[in-house]
Amino acid sequence: MMRSYKNSLNHLFLLLASLIMIYPVFWWVGAAFKSNEEMSSPGLFPKTWLWSNFTDGWNSVPNFSFTHFYVNTFTLIAGVLFTTVISTSLVAFAFARLDFPLRKFWFAILMVTLMLPQQVTIVPQYVMFNKLNWVNTYLPFYIPHILAAGVGGPFFVYLIIQFIRGLPRDLDEAAKIDGCSWLGIYWRIVLPLTKPALVTVAIYCFLWTWDDFFGQLIYINTVDKYTINLALKLFIDSQGSIPWGQLLAMSLVSIMPAVTIFFLAQKQFVEGVASGAVKG
Amino acid sequence: MATVTKKKRSNFWKRWDSPLAGYLFLSPWLIGFLLLTLWPMMMSLYYSFTDYSLLKAPEWTGLANYNKILFKDSLFRTSLGVTLLFVVVSVPLKLVTALLVAMLLNRDIKGMSFYRTMIYFPSLIGTSIAVAILWKNIFSKDGFINQLLGLVGIEGRAWLTDPNTALGTLILLVVWQFGSSMIIFLAGLKQLPRDLYEASSVDGAGKVRQFFTITLPMLSPIILFNLVLQTINSFQMFTQAFVITKGGPIQSTYVYVMYLYERGFARFDMGYASALAWVLLVIIGIATAIIFSTSRFWVHYETEGGK
Repeated sequence: MMRSYKNSLNHLFLLLASLIMIYPVFWWVGAAFKSNEEMSSPGLFPKTWLWSNFTDGWNSVPNFSFTHFYVNTFTLIAGVLFTTVISTSLVAFAFARLDFPLRKFWFAILMVTLMLPQQVTIVPQYVMFNKLNWVNTYLPFYIPHILAAGVGGPFFVYLIIQFIRGLPRDLDEAAKIDGCSWLGIYWRIVLPLTKPALVTVAIYCFLWTWDDFFGQLIYINTVDKYTINLALKLFIDSQGSIPWGQLLAMSLVSIMPAVTIFFLAQKQFVEGVASGAVKG
Repeated sequence: MATVTKKKRSNFWKRWDSPLAGYLFLSPWLIGFLLLTLWPMMMSLYYSFTDYSLLKAPEWTGLANYNKILFKDSLFRTSLGVTLLFVVVSVPLKLVTALLVAMLLNRDIKGMSFYRTMIYFPSLIGTSIAVAILWKNIFSKDGFINQLLGLVGIEGRAWLTDPNTALGTLILLVVWQFGSSMIIFLAGLKQLPRDLYEASSVDGAGKVRQFFTITLPMLSPIILFNLVLQTINSFQMFTQAFVITKGGPIQSTYVYVMYLYERGFARFDMGYASALAWVLLVIIGIATAIIFSTSRFWVHYETEGGK
């Protein structure tokens, strides 16, 4: 009796908490269809559904439609994902399985860079990329990720190291006896087994690159190269009276990739967070 | 034995302990660390002692930048004050909320994963521009929040254009996104040994007492971890202030990194921006050191004493 009472109390609290947390998001969905007059009503559903918020919003930036910005964003992210997965898995394999001089020292350095605020490197990095004429290209994103030094790089290496350390060594030993080289062991044995960790890395790399507004802000400066985030920022700044319906519609569309990934891969998501050091 | 050694030498690809192999695999990160972390850090330190605007070569000015920052720059003081207030209020609020909700979720009840998904959702969209836009809209003068307050008879205000409430509104946004701290707490709570709770309830300890004598001490290493992580991240807050309030009104949300951005990338005052970055690093270092130095009074490690 007492137990069921307590349980329903728990449910009540959780339901209330969930509602408070999610209500602004539900309201957002409704508001994306609302006209400016109806905008601020606390109700979830508009009286008239204004689909034109999406179509007008999509073409709200002169000369470029949002299709263009999505293509840009995915071009940027595809390159970053590809380079990150390769570089971080190679490095993690070295730390987790190979023995070489100063290994402990470099590992300690890796741990320090995990916590290093990016502000102390951002100015000289910008100066460097500017001298190389890389500003206003995507190279300031690709090149650091090839070198496992992009946003989240050291964290991804750490995450994969932890995962590889959990794999049984018997397989490598057996392969070693069979005459497999370390390159073969990395490629044929460790990499396939590390897939779950690589998926987690890819998910976080996607989200963090998408959200890396500071980097996009300083390195990309013409509208034709703009990402979604920069386009939204342009949208909100360029209009005298903000067409909120359109703006909220476009913002809502912009979180869809993240939402889709979240629901497809909730397990990896939660594991990634629980393994520690996730930002936010 | 001799043949094994010979075989090893004959084929470097198969030498497990070859330093070259290790460094080959390590090379992407090592080059990245040297070229994109260590070298920029040294350059940043050098720039911080110069007057440098990208257009002409850096000009050595000694301690002038630091002197100006520490003793003459009112914008530095304002932005540091705003940031400290932001950190000191938002981090504890976020962690307390995260812990309380994690404890609610740490039960075997139906629909747990549903609740977890709902509660985590706002954290998913994190620091995106999209969520900043949402916040700007719902906290405006005639926005959704004020309409909601109007229903219960409270007169709202222009939260984001009032210097007294603007920072608080941004704090609310980051506290709303307590999800990742919550999941880390949840993982920690799941590992607490049940027998401790059973033993203590046999001894007659109530829930509240159990919370303070078992849960908090056992969870303290994870609290420390979350505290350090959130503190370091909060000092670097930028996007929300930049998009929602642009640092205003009257600089009430003018956070440190925003000042750094404006110095470095709007005015291209690279020397000064580098000095600001190093001051920030020192401040974050001090904050972290303070947390760690107090930790021996409240963090409980299972290896030393206790259970």
